[in-house]
Amino acid sequence: MRHLIDITDLSVQEIDELIATAEDIIENKPKYAHVCAGKKLATLFFEPSTRTRLSFEAAMYELGGHVLGFASADSSSASKGESVTDTIRTVGCYADIIAMRHPKEGAPMAASLRSTVPIINAGDGGHNHPTQTLTDLLTIHRERGSLDNFTIGFCGDLKFGRTVHSLVSALSRNKGINFIFISPAELRIPEYIKSGVLEKNGIPYREVESMEEVMPELDILYMTRVQRERFFNEADYIRLKDTYILDPSKLRDAKPDMRILHPLPRVNEIAHSVDDDPRACYFKQVENGKHVRMALIMKLLEVKA
Amino acid sequence: MNIDGISNGIVLDHITAGRGMEIYKYLELDKLSCSVAIIMNVTSTKMGRKDIIKIDAPIELNFDAIGYVDPDITVNMIRDGKLCEKRSIRLPERIVNVIRCKNPRCITSVEPELDHVFVLADAQTGVYRCAYCDAVSKHHH
Repeated sequence: MRHLIDITDLSVQEIDELIATAEDIIENKPKYAHVCAGKKLATLFFEPSTRTRLSFEAAMYELGGHVLGFASADSSSASKGESVTDTIRTVGCYADIIAMRHPKEGAPMAASLRSTVPIINAGDGGHNHPTQTLTDLLTIHRERGSLDNFTIGFCGDLKFGRTVHSLVSALSRNKGINFIFISPAELRIPEYIKSGVLEKNGIPYREVESMEEVMPELDILYMTRVQRERFFNEADYIRLKDTYILDPSKLRDAKPDMRILHPLPRVNEIAHSVDDDPRACYFKQVENGKHVRMALIMKLLEVKA
Repeated sequence: MNIDGISNGIVLDHITAGRGMEIYKYLELDKLSCSVAIIMNVTSTKMGRKDIIKIDAPIELNFDAIGYVDPDITVNMIRDGKLCEKRSIRLPERIVNVIRCKNPRCITSVEPELDHVFVLADAQTGVYRCAYCDAVSKHHH
């Protein structure tokens, strides 16, 4: 039995296979319409989500399976003080696979220690979000035709931005990736990513505070939201939330084939006037997310088309 | 100063001078019913100064805890007054319930039944990471 807790639980080859399956799903939907018939996915969201939960549920329905679960901790026994591991052991009696989101870092890892069914980490606090990473990788692959040899700029909250942490870890295993981290000093990428992932593998990176300064170099611009829910101090959030706002004027010096990604939801860090720019890919990402989650569910349930 | 030898027990030698009490605490030697001697600031040809702990019973030791607190320690097992085994300690790859994760966002901060597990991330710098949340805990050296 396999779980997906951290993106590096999957080898580069396995990620390539998932991307290939997702691309085949996009081209040949009817072929996959019943592969999970009779199977149940439980979506356990101890923290609210729109996209990820609905994406998992839509993915399972499109594979012919069923879905059960809850959308907030208030509507589960967690509100009565039940532990994550007890909840997971219980749900394992009802479902064949579990996608869980939890505000505490490492909760899916703790769940996997006691689970009788595969666990998918659908986001654990500011730590990891591996299925968003699969979404991002599929999007980059579809837009560029490859996952090697490009410069990617991560912009915004790189400290608590779990999608950033997972994507950096994943891309660090590919060839010729140049990382640029654009953030205020308070929201820099964590030390464990810099030393434990990049420096350990001799991968070059730069940290800057100005988006404009590096815009002409970028092949991918990965924007992130400054997340209110990650701050213990509201004043810090207010001070930092509008540090970077991408608008058409900032894109003037960007490459014509640069791609703009964002895990969504956005607040105001990307102006709506950017949405019609052909370089904007964030709504394509949403759709790609469903397809790659379909591929992942199939892999972990060990079903084939 | 004269401390009697032990006939059946354990001698922790080559403890970094000044850390004897810390090791005593980590290994929870205060909970033993046998005699324990902490000898501090002893002259050592190898280290200049060192601490020694003598435990007058053949107890089970948490080698992970010893390795984490002071990986240069030598453990001497004494049986019938003779040295029967000498063990060098290294930084352990994985330590369970030796240190606690201090990250308030970590799942271990709210679920008390979970083991606190740390994994050695870098032996050269002695950096350990929480197996759940990746928070860093640095070995003292």
